[in-house]
Amino acid sequence: MSKATYDVVIVGGGIVGAACADELAGRGLRVAVVDRDVVGSGATAAGMGHIVVMDDSEAQFGLTRYSQQLWQELRPELPDDVEYEQCGTIWVAADEEEMIEVRRKRDYYGQRGVPTEILDAQSLQSMEPNLRPGMAGGLLVPEDGVLYPPCAARFLMERAQQRGAKLRLDIPVAQIGMGQIRLTDDTQISAEIIVNAAGAWAADLTPGLEIKKRKGHLVITDRYPGFVRHQLVELGYLKSAHSVSGDSVAFNVQPRRTGQILIGSSRQYGADHKEVDNTMLVRMLQRAQEYMPGLAQMSTVRTWTGFRAATPDKLPLIGPWTGATTGDTTGDKSIYLATGHEGLGITASLATARILADQIMGTKPEIPVEPYLPARLAKEFAHA
Amino acid sequence: MAAAARAAECGVRVGIVDDNFRLGGQIWRGESDGRQKTDASPWAERVRASGVTVLCGLRVAHQQESGVLVAETPNGFCELTYEKLVLATGARERFLPFPGWTLPNVMGAGGLQAMVKCGLPIRGKRVVVAGTGPLLLAVAAYLHQHGAEVMMICEQAAWADLASFVLALFRWPGKILQGIRLKRDLAGVPFAENSWPLAAHGQQTLESVTISHAGKAESIPCDYLACGFHLVPNIELPSLLGCAVANGCVQVDDFQRTTVPSVFCAGEPTGVGGVESALIEGQIAGLAAAGRVTEAEALLGERRKARRFARLLDRTFRLRSELRGLPLSETLVCRCEDVSYSRLRQHSSWRAAKLHTRCGMGPCQGRVCGPATQFLFKWNPDSVRPPVFPVRVETLAAVTGQLPAQYSEVTGGQ
Amino acid sequence: MHSQVTVRVNGTRVVVPSGTTVAVAMVRAGEPCRTSVSGEPRGPLCGMGICFECRVTIGGIPHCRSCQVLCEQGMEVTTEN
Repeated sequence: MSKATYDVVIVGGGIVGAACADELAGRGLRVAVVDRDVVGSGATAAGMGHIVVMDDSEAQFGLTRYSQQLWQELRPELPDDVEYEQCGTIWVAADEEEMIEVRRKRDYYGQRGVPTEILDAQSLQSMEPNLRPGMAGGLLVPEDGVLYPPCAARFLMERAQQRGAKLRLDIPVAQIGMGQIRLTDDTQISAEIIVNAAGAWAADLTPGLEIKKRKGHLVITDRYPGFVRHQLVELGYLKSAHSVSGDSVAFNVQPRRTGQILIGSSRQYGADHKEVDNTMLVRMLQRAQEYMPGLAQMSTVRTWTGFRAATPDKLPLIGPWTGATTGDTTGDKSIYLATGHEGLGITASLATARILADQIMGTKPEIPVEPYLPARLAKEFAHA
Repeated sequence: MAAAARAAECGVRVGIVDDNFRLGGQIWRGESDGRQKTDASPWAERVRASGVTVLCGLRVAHQQESGVLVAETPNGFCELTYEKLVLATGARERFLPFPGWTLPNVMGAGGLQAMVKCGLPIRGKRVVVAGTGPLLLAVAAYLHQHGAEVMMICEQAAWADLASFVLALFRWPGKILQGIRLKRDLAGVPFAENSWPLAAHGQQTLESVTISHAGKAESIPCDYLACGFHLVPNIELPSLLGCAVANGCVQVDDFQRTTVPSVFCAGEPTGVGGVESALIEGQIAGLAAAGRVTEAEALLGERRKARRFARLLDRTFRLRSELRGLPLSETLVCRCEDVSYSRLRQHSSWRAAKLHTRCGMGPCQGRVCGPATQFLFKWNPDSVRPPVFPVRVETLAAVTGQLPAQYSEVTGGQ
Repeated sequence: MHSQVTVRVNGTRVVVPSGTTVAVAMVRAGEPCRTSVSGEPRGPLCGMGICFECRVTIGGIPHCRSCQVLCEQGMEVTTEN
């Protein structure tokens, strides 16, 4: 058995783990990252790479807006294969009821300094002529963007390594706790702090952690440049993302720089096998065809699935883990969490890294961190 | 065709589905329409006579539910409902990268032959045939017969392996006759063993090929390079359906049953063995699928012989390690996404390479670059997901049970 | 019985015997089927519909594997860039 000592060891080399490694190594800490697969696997490999400001709650807005701005700052340094495009999001309103939601969003974002533009039916049609006619309009959020997540994770990880971080891949972690990480080959790594950034599998390493897998499906087409110009999301997406039970699909389509079209999205609870579920695939594609009939004739090249990490209150867990109940007495102060991002992992990764590092180093975070603290979920200690 | 004919002759309702616009697959391309008398003719006639429903131009996308396949047709899609399924998905050529291999007029060996069968003029054209496997000789003979100037056949196998192969043929007298005929058909065509392509040259299309021959590089001006390195079984659809696979071949028992109930597999996907093997296995699968076990049993002796031949082919035409050294840093390996050898070499697995370079994410779904990278880097492929072949969104979005019944009582061939 | 078929490849008339595939018509016309992601000209490779190198636009429909399509009178074939 070999031992090594670090200030921080991060379990999970996806976008969140890579961002944390980059941030912490950049602040001079001795960092190591362990992943059982390759850099940028897990949900990072499966997801859409949509950088989007969300308004489900003040806390969600705060985190996503902060992080989006960090992405914009980082943009000039991103290599070509990260494929960052500031194509903007259009939230599509199918009817007048959804237009009310459009106006509400516009006001909400406007009050917080996020530029948006209301599109009426005509301007929506001219911006996105392949949406079916009869849409009521939409909301354009021009500062949203898209990128290719595995290469973004690789960029951050390489920069972390240039800053001194060490990386161990292809090896699962067996156990973490009390400043020790034991790998499945019995190697042990010692660390002052262990960051659980294992996404959908975080609860395997930290018992009591309330993270559930939320399976999603995606389809990518052959190249049809110009067919869609912005990330298009139906307003019903919000109902899908924010229901806490049941399977749902929503229209969610993205233009990739290659000219391929990425089609999503679906959400399922309780499905933990990674095979493509035909029923969900069919529902998702039918929804997509309803919004963009031209998709029907397009050649599909691949389908795949991924698992989002979902928390009970739809906000991620960023900060020290104090145990599953308020009465946990193991005294283990070494574990921090950076996980539970559901569908916002790519967006929120940079901000997550910042506020995690601020908590570890005791510096003042740029946004309030209370809403993301793991302690908020700790249950009251039950008396016998 | 053999499976369908045998099953239909037992009185079973049979349909054949094929992506190509005519029956015959690769070996019998263009020979099933009765215009000429060839080896394919008896089987084509039996398919016609036994009332098999022939559905050409269809490609299977995936299985919606057990017993129902979804397939794409030229103008739409359909459901194929079955009680028994025989997978005869054949094999494709293995392509290995070398400098210049992406130039127009560099094709597979079977590839160039297919093009000639579909109307490509070859009389008077200079062709170099290279790679490995018995297909090279068959293709060279075919091209030669049709008036091509076959400049050279470059077989990478060593003389000793080829000699052993020839000697071992005593077990299959029919093949000795075939061999003698081939040798006669190829009289005057230079043949080199221990030989392989080093580079293809040309501005916009192929102009010449440099080959390695007797340890020296030799340049041959030519119009076409027909280059393929033996065959890779098409196991994608069997894999998608859950059939167990080992060493790149679908696992079957003596009656061609796969590990999935009601699903049979015959021919190249169970192990590359050539036409005779495919015919025997096809017949066994058709008979077994029709419940005629005794009749299928009668063919088991021939099947054993055929499988021995398949193993002999594998041994003789295994790839030499020098072929790993053919690509240069900038030689493209993934042709769909233009990923170079040097970019791929940085990664330790197919999965990592796919994620970070997009190798294998193009429309060929890794059919070209997959076997190449498996050989070059010893990577293992990923699991197969739908669609098993690129199909339209509407095909993937089809809900089974709601489609109008088509082809219900269509009979006869095309 | 040999009949001829006329198709147009990038606007140019190409006459071929019936039973010829579009891929063959492209090679006869001396035209590459497509330009690759990094700008290389490409033509048919496998001849059997699996490599996707022979893709062209036929009658306005992109990504058609030309080796699997028979030439029909009046077909409009254009290459994809």
